[in-house]
Amino acid sequence: MNFDVAIVGAGIVGAACAAGLSREGLSVALIDPNGIATGSTAAGMGHIVVMDDSDAQFALTDYSQKLWNDLAAELPQNSEYEHCGTIWVATDEEEMAEVRRKQAFYADRGLPCEILDERSLREAEPNLREGLAGGLRVKNDSVVYQLCATKYLAEKAMANGTKFIDAKAVGFSAEGVKLSRGETILCDRIVNAAGVSAPDLSAELSVVKRKGHLVITDRYPGFVSHQLIELGYLRSAHGKDADSVAFNVQPRSTGQILLGSSRQFGVDNTDIDPALVRSMTSRAFEYMPKLRELSAVRTWTGFRPATPDKLPYIGCIGDTNVFAAAGHEGLGITTSLGTAELIVDEILGRSSAIDREPYRPSRKV
Amino acid sequence: MIEHSTDILVIGGGAAGMSAALAASESKGLRVTIVDDNPRLGGQIWRAELGKSKSSEADRLISAITSGKFSILNGTQIFGTANDGSLLGVVRDETIKLHYNKLILATGAREHFLPFPGWTSPRVFGAGGLQALVKGGFNVSGKRILVAGTGPLLLVVAEYLKQKGAKVVAIAEQASASKINRFALGLWRYPTKIAQGLELRSSLGGIPYLKDCWVTAAKCKSPRVSKGETSDMRVSPSLTHGLSHGYSKSTKEALSVMLTQKGRSWSIECDYLAVGFHLVPNTELAVVLGCSIGDGFVLVDKLQRTSKHNIFAVGEPTGIGGVEASLIEGRIAGYAAAGETRKAESLFVKRDRTSRFADSLNSTFALRDELKTLADATTTVCRCEDVSYASLCEFSNAREAKLQTRCGMGPCQGRVCGPATEFLFGWQPGSVRQPIFPVKLETL
Repeated sequence: MNFDVAIVGAGIVGAACAAGLSREGLSVALIDPNGIATGSTAAGMGHIVVMDDSDAQFALTDYSQKLWNDLAAELPQNSEYEHCGTIWVATDEEEMAEVRRKQAFYADRGLPCEILDERSLREAEPNLREGLAGGLRVKNDSVVYQLCATKYLAEKAMANGTKFIDAKAVGFSAEGVKLSRGETILCDRIVNAAGVSAPDLSAELSVVKRKGHLVITDRYPGFVSHQLIELGYLRSAHGKDADSVAFNVQPRSTGQILLGSSRQFGVDNTDIDPALVRSMTSRAFEYMPKLRELSAVRTWTGFRPATPDKLPYIGCIGDTNVFAAAGHEGLGITTSLGTAELIVDEILGRSSAIDREPYRPSRKV
Repeated sequence: MIEHSTDILVIGGGAAGMSAALAASESKGLRVTIVDDNPRLGGQIWRAELGKSKSSEADRLISAITSGKFSILNGTQIFGTANDGSLLGVVRDETIKLHYNKLILATGAREHFLPFPGWTSPRVFGAGGLQALVKGGFNVSGKRILVAGTGPLLLVVAEYLKQKGAKVVAIAEQASASKINRFALGLWRYPTKIAQGLELRSSLGGIPYLKDCWVTAAKCKSPRVSKGETSDMRVSPSLTHGLSHGYSKSTKEALSVMLTQKGRSWSIECDYLAVGFHLVPNTELAVVLGCSIGDGFVLVDKLQRTSKHNIFAVGEPTGIGGVEASLIEGRIAGYAAAGETRKAESLFVKRDRTSRFADSLNSTFALRDELKTLADATTTVCRCEDVSYASLCEFSNAREAKLQTRCGMGPCQGRVCGPATEFLFGWQPGSVRQPIFPVKLETL
């Protein structure tokens, strides 16, 4: 059989693309040797967040967040979609200046958010330490259990006729996707949604692994109410080389607390780095000393698929039949839905809700 | 943070660990440290018997250990490794870092549980867990108790409960009568075992030992435990202590247990059910250290060396073999770690004999396939995360099931449901990451 589109990678981006393309009546194959949502998707935090790093990043995250809010009504309960909001936490006046800039940026673009002073920050999150300068509450951000949400998207695609193929893709050709077992999945177009493995199949894509650690606690309902991120997170996220950590905690609907974050380039193994975990937790204790006493149940690591300019590759690669949907770094869960719509639009030759140009794989990075 | 350095570090103060430490200490000038997570040495098997001359071997070891020049770190739980390869533990809320030249893992085993309808009810306990509770002061005098599952531990527990005044209504052993008879006949080859077997059988007098027999369901008629009854001794929801979250002191029999034997089914009314399906090795630390595992056990060579340089493993983690195997393996590893290879080699013949015994033990009490069908759709498989049997059926491996349902992601990290899903679905256990026990974030 000849598929209209074969998607390589059944993480959340691939699953969202499959759901979008099959919704439009295209015949779709979804190819992954490890099942649904087992790579970077499985390792992440599941934070749906609007970011203001650049106009392009804002456009994609904002658009995607709206799509998530539309999808929320139909998500099954096990996806645990919670509208908890994000608070960007400022430690001092310098960071409060950043809070005000951020607030103006979001407000200009119609995003509901409010500046919290020291007292209202403590009221919103009583377990933060005293003496923090304040913060910015962004109301529409959410958290989701991305594993079940991805499965939901994949099942939706399959209900529309998408075929899941349990195999490893090893190369692309004009005919389709070559599998390690020798066979070729015939198709008109290919979507490379292989995350950190995307460059193995499309050498044009500059995607490198950026390793992260996470810790999850036992259940402490109500200990944290919002996703809390230090403003210094941006410094951490922008650092290009050195290992960095930042305060980033997330309330799960189970009452558990997910604690991050770390960023490392050039580390290829999945081992826990105990020293890095310690510096990550120490950073968190600076903001939330009471975290010290909570019981840590599990730690794990994962790889973010990072690009040089912090924007994903979305769209046709050169004049080939291959479309990239990869390189989302730490925003793959958030931007999966927007990415899928841009891919659908481009394949169907339609215009999109946001400008596709900034994400073109052929851009200068 | 406490720092501790030693030449030979033994993790686990049970039979295997003590035996290893003692053998290692015969070499002059070597510092030997024993770490154990309990307040007292002795392991699961001997802990409560110390000083009671219950087992001469136990008392000999304990007195040698306590009069020797060992460092004994009780109440110390090892949860992982540091970047420099040393071990990290927690002792009285403080982090401890342990440096060593040679490491001997003697981490023992835990009970194997299988889900059946009602296994999570109050009044249903792990067999070893109930024994531990009684050792800790829980009164079973006058209680009607059914002991069920498989393995020699059932006999030990039944005898113990009887001694403590309980009325053990029966022992339901899933292994077949023919297998058990063959096993008993073979015991003559292992002289000390036959004595133990006979001693046990005579003290079991009067307790029906039903073979080919297993529990199919348990139903608690008064699951509500009245106020004040659980506050003094809350049962841990996982791991070594019972399966039950609470219990009652009521004398009224409150548990109805369905049994089956050769096609016949009936119910028994009792106060408590003590159930256990033999043992599962504690291999988590070995896995975190990178030791090779085969068939669920730590792989070792003749000198008890694992695949990792300078790390040895002894006792149940290398194969469920009971006390005698543990003692000999411990000595071999202790000598080998101390560089006394010849002394270690002199024990090979003895060790081979105990491992033959272990093999016949394990084949006798291998779990029968019928036990795979006990759970119904609503039976809980993962207690920590409340995952039912039905919700697991659609998955093809442990990782997929874990990611979608959180099966095995709770505080016990799959120690209970992992072996159960391995048996039920044939799933290989998932990855082990530190902390291998929950620890405070500040300790991590």
